[in-house]
Amino acid sequence: MNVILSLVISSGVVFTLLAISFVGVWGAHLQWLFGIVIPYVAVIIFFVGVVRRVVQWAKSPVPFRIPTTCAQQKSLPWIKYGYAEKLDNPVTTTGVVGRMILEVFCFRSLFRNTRMEFGTGESITYKPAKWLWLFAIIFHYAFLVIILRHLRFFTEPMPFFVPIIEKIDGFFQVFTPTIYQSGFIIGGALTFLLLRRLLDPKLRYISLVADYFPLFLILSIVTTGLLMRYVLKADVVAIKELTLGLVTLHPALPEGISVIFFMHLFLVSVLFAYFPYSKLMHMPGVFLSPTRNLSNNSRIVRHINPWNPTVKYHTYEAYEDDFRERMIEAGLPVDKEAASASE
Amino acid sequence: MADTPKPDELLKIKHSPWQLGLEKGWMRTLPVEIKPGMHCYAGEAKNVAAVGMPNPRQWSASDEDWKLPENWKQIVLDGFEDRLKRFRSFRLFMDICVRCGACADKCHYFIGSGDPKNMPVLRAELLRSVYRKHFTTAGKILGPIAGARELTYDVLKEWWYYLYQCSECRRCSVFCPYGIDTAEITMMGRELTNLLGLNIDWIAGPVANCNRTGNHLGIMPHAFKEMMEFFVDELEEVTGVRVEPSFNRKGAEILFITPSGDVFADPGTYTAMGYMALFHELGIDITWSTYASEGGNFGLFTSNEIMKKLNAKMYAEAKRLGVKWILGGECGHMWRVINQYMGTMNLDLAQGSKLEEPVSPVTGYRFENAKSTKMVHIMEFTADLIRNGKLKLDPSRNDNLRVTFHDSCNPARGMGLLEEPRYVIKNVCNHFYEMPPNSIREQTFCCGGGSGLNAGEDMELRFRGGLPRANAVQYVHKKYGVNMLANVCAIDRAVLPALMQYWVPEVDVTGVHEMVGNALLMEGEKKRTVNYRGEPLPGMEDSDDV
Repeated sequence: MNVILSLVISSGVVFTLLAISFVGVWGAHLQWLFGIVIPYVAVIIFFVGVVRRVVQWAKSPVPFRIPTTCAQQKSLPWIKYGYAEKLDNPVTTTGVVGRMILEVFCFRSLFRNTRMEFGTGESITYKPAKWLWLFAIIFHYAFLVIILRHLRFFTEPMPFFVPIIEKIDGFFQVFTPTIYQSGFIIGGALTFLLLRRLLDPKLRYISLVADYFPLFLILSIVTTGLLMRYVLKADVVAIKELTLGLVTLHPALPEGISVIFFMHLFLVSVLFAYFPYSKLMHMPGVFLSPTRNLSNNSRIVRHINPWNPTVKYHTYEAYEDDFRERMIEAGLPVDKEAASASE
Repeated sequence: MADTPKPDELLKIKHSPWQLGLEKGWMRTLPVEIKPGMHCYAGEAKNVAAVGMPNPRQWSASDEDWKLPENWKQIVLDGFEDRLKRFRSFRLFMDICVRCGACADKCHYFIGSGDPKNMPVLRAELLRSVYRKHFTTAGKILGPIAGARELTYDVLKEWWYYLYQCSECRRCSVFCPYGIDTAEITMMGRELTNLLGLNIDWIAGPVANCNRTGNHLGIMPHAFKEMMEFFVDELEEVTGVRVEPSFNRKGAEILFITPSGDVFADPGTYTAMGYMALFHELGIDITWSTYASEGGNFGLFTSNEIMKKLNAKMYAEAKRLGVKWILGGECGHMWRVINQYMGTMNLDLAQGSKLEEPVSPVTGYRFENAKSTKMVHIMEFTADLIRNGKLKLDPSRNDNLRVTFHDSCNPARGMGLLEEPRYVIKNVCNHFYEMPPNSIREQTFCCGGGSGLNAGEDMELRFRGGLPRANAVQYVHKKYGVNMLANVCAIDRAVLPALMQYWVPEVDVTGVHEMVGNALLMEGEKKRTVNYRGEPLPGMEDSDDV
């Protein structure tokens, strides 16, 4: 599958999803299906799927302690083992927790990224390359802000932090309604991530439909969201009635909700249902990664392998039997003397 | 054997040609072209059979027919499923890659070859695609749209070619945001190839030898002792001091185990002489073993069972001899095994032995970091000696050397042994220069021949894979006049000389303990005029003895 075909398929699927929801609501008036049934089904698939997958991972044991050590080990007392070393080559659980926090919240490993410049090959260089880290972190945090902002629709009263986040996110109150930066920032970050895949030949080569599809899907979610808020002006009160009804398990379909909302909701539902079966599982997965979440202490404390196999090794006795005469001749000590062994 | 291209030929590499990814996708580029010079010879039947591995037979990678068992596909798929259930790493790494490409240009084989299937992410995708097809619902239904493909004979050949073009160095894993470790995937992949008897002989041979004779090179006990006695004579000639190493001696306090490569070939032999001089000078109660005469463990490159089988000898011998602890020599993957696998696999064998928490008999320092495994790295041991002023050293004897240090992959990324060797080097020589920061420490580059790929028939692969390392050496050679590449790994000492000869012929290779030995002032030594290599010491060029 080359890039053209991948793009056609992934964007085609997203267009089809948009068309289905448009026709379904505008043409067939299936508001109850797209507003109630599908969201419920999607959320159930999401939770069941994620839990099943995580349980499946957790059921496979960790036979060996294989952290990737990215700094000096703790050894002799006078060799520097400071904060940086404790985090990049942890020997205690506290260190591991610190390492994981950095990994999950700051994308620490990605921050190391370099770019190889080969030139003529006479002098190859590896320059720091923070763009991927930057846009990845912008994307994820913008997404987080957007999700938290959306709690407005699912809670009554809202948690205290939602208005605070809205305030910060809408810092530039130039227009009415307030412009939330996160919606545009995430669009920009997604565009960067997409262009990167398309313009870097290496990325183009490794990318699958499964890499383009989530990008297009989330981009469409963002676009429908922005349209609803700034252009088509959806009826927020009615929408909140629907969304609150969903979370309180008293689903209701108020009148006057525009089609664009159902399209937005449908794509979000697809994202939820798709999540457990996709690479998006990197989110729970990173917590279980044995090269990051284990301390480098296997010389200090024995790590237990639950299925440690019984293996027959070549014993010293067998070795001596094999070479006894020659060992004696060479003056090497032996356990059994030649004569007694031959009996 | 394939002709190896000249350096300027080999440098014509294009890593990101514009058409990459615009042509047909990578899944449709089969069959793989198995290029001479880029792979190792197939495992000999006798070597595969020696340790009871499946399907021993004569075969060749260049043949159409690899003589596989009829149900080879089922064997691989069953083995795949079995490993998904036994290794969380494997299962997780099959699922969570987002193909961000951070690892793409981190692999020395990709940098040196430009072959896009040497990008770590793609190497893993070779297996992931089959995983999706056979173990995920989406893959079963959607096939290529879900990035899935059937396991075919051609896919298997492609696996083999690229699994034996990865040296399990873990550099990509440093940069992966989820810690996905290609070494882990390659190890699983190689276990699968071994279910079909698809090993390479440079791994199968050492494994078979190590099992029987105790070391990779198949040196029998009497020959091992003879070689060591040769070093004793050499040392006496250089220093005037006659050292007396002991072998298989019961009741010794410490058992010393180092890679057999250091007993066999230059420049490792000079490092072995360094160890002997050091032990003699310290007067410690230490013994070598001919039975456990191998620190390295090519089982690591075969399967976890074979790794355990070969490693078992260390504790078995420690118990038999009644030693208190084990000292380990300079080696790379040996220390990955000791640090991350040995205790887990084999500590049971130490039950009832006299092994205890290691204490340096010279300084009294208690090696708490080896409390459980009871094995100390000689760099930790020597660094502690120097710090406590227990060695009389004259670093000016190494003044002819301008040294740089190559971190070996495994001690760097599977342990974190970074400062100890640097401390020792700075105390035994006066001219030390670091290579550029993105090519050392945890970001160090492989020598190009790790994980059993240091054969003679894959020189092109080695020179390509070693290019990033050699290029960094060339940089410090030009900038500081560096002429010596120090390292703490026997595979490095076997691989790097040829690599330097090819890329930076002005630079030679040494183990750290060779430099320690040369700087060491020994009790009763004669006026030193030459180093272990028989070259004149600085200022002694005109001496009559030279």
